[in-house]
Amino acid sequence: MNENLAPIGPGNAQVMNRFDITKRLVAKLKGEEAVIGGIGNTNFDLWMAGQRPQNFYMLGSMGLACPIALGVAIAQPHRKVVALEGDGSLLMQLGCLTTIAARRPKNLTIVVMDNRSYQITGGQPTATAFGADFVTIARGAGLAQAAWAADETMFEALVEEALAREGPSFIAVRIDDKPGVGTTDRDPARITDRFMRGLGTKA
Amino acid sequence: MTMAGGGGAEPWHEIVLRTLKRNEVRLAVYVPDNVLKPLIEALHADAFFTVFATTREEEAVGIACGAIMGGMRSLVLMQTSGFGTLANALASLPVAFQIPVLLMVSERGTLGEFNLGQALVHRTMQPVLTALAIETNKLTRTDEVEFIVDRSIKQAYATRQPAAMLLSPLLTGGKVFQK
Repeated sequence: MNENLAPIGPGNAQVMNRFDITKRLVAKLKGEEAVIGGIGNTNFDLWMAGQRPQNFYMLGSMGLACPIALGVAIAQPHRKVVALEGDGSLLMQLGCLTTIAARRPKNLTIVVMDNRSYQITGGQPTATAFGADFVTIARGAGLAQAAWAADETMFEALVEEALAREGPSFIAVRIDDKPGVGTTDRDPARITDRFMRGLGTKA
Repeated sequence: MTMAGGGGAEPWHEIVLRTLKRNEVRLAVYVPDNVLKPLIEALHADAFFTVFATTREEEAVGIACGAIMGGMRSLVLMQTSGFGTLANALASLPVAFQIPVLLMVSERGTLGEFNLGQALVHRTMQPVLTALAIETNKLTRTDEVEFIVDRSIKQAYATRQPAAMLLSPLLTGGKVFQK
């Protein structure tokens, strides 16, 4: 990377698209990695990007994608686990970043997609609209391997790097305000059943 | 003061620990509490268990549910006031998704409480558990601890539903008012 360029932050990262970024993420998953999708548009685009058996789709429990992912990562230390969250959701449970940093799970990656708004409830601004910076917050919590994706190419490189090395890793992405392109299944028991079969914990 | 719990030789927390172990419950996540302290310390001291604190009870429920789906039986330890923060997380995650998370709650707010807020939040606990149809048992006597903990775990896993175990001051002595 050109050392003369300013460091990538929320102010100069390219504004990307959630569904496009989610498809790029899913395309990098070659090892039956588990993905925990946060509620709302995050999940909707994960669902539409292809219903892998190792995907878990929350319905409610806003803010718990990272904690659920940490639990899976502890139970299955040889499987890579990705938590996908929106900005409003992660802001609701920021303390979990300190817990994850304290546990240092080698197999956990967090991806936060930040459109600076509670988009699904009408676009009310979140704190990131006023300057809160997820990568600075993550580093302050103790997650040293934290970075903003400058653009789609860098996002793919960050995902490859996170899946290849020992984590935890934290990737932040600026996204636009396009709604999710579909919706998930709404049957929680079926979601649990598929996910556990996908993780090999249910025959 | 008479000894709480019926005065058995083995303390309640040691019975809980060996019953968790016998049932392969390997993960314990908690928001700490004075009454739970001996159990938390004993769990930390035993390499069989993965044990750590979280910043909120909701977070602990999320971690435990993830671990259970990943094949690791898990327990969440908290105080009554912490349970008071959980209605949405329980309804929308373990109850709806049929994840048998084990909840152990140290009861505050009853039998000698000195903080009005604790007494008030205590009154919300059983109605929430009842509304969510979560199987709940109260541990009041040392000689019943093993049976209740063992059967609560077995029923939770057999029925794919959460279970709550309430540690009564009758068992633990509770937190006593000091001037």
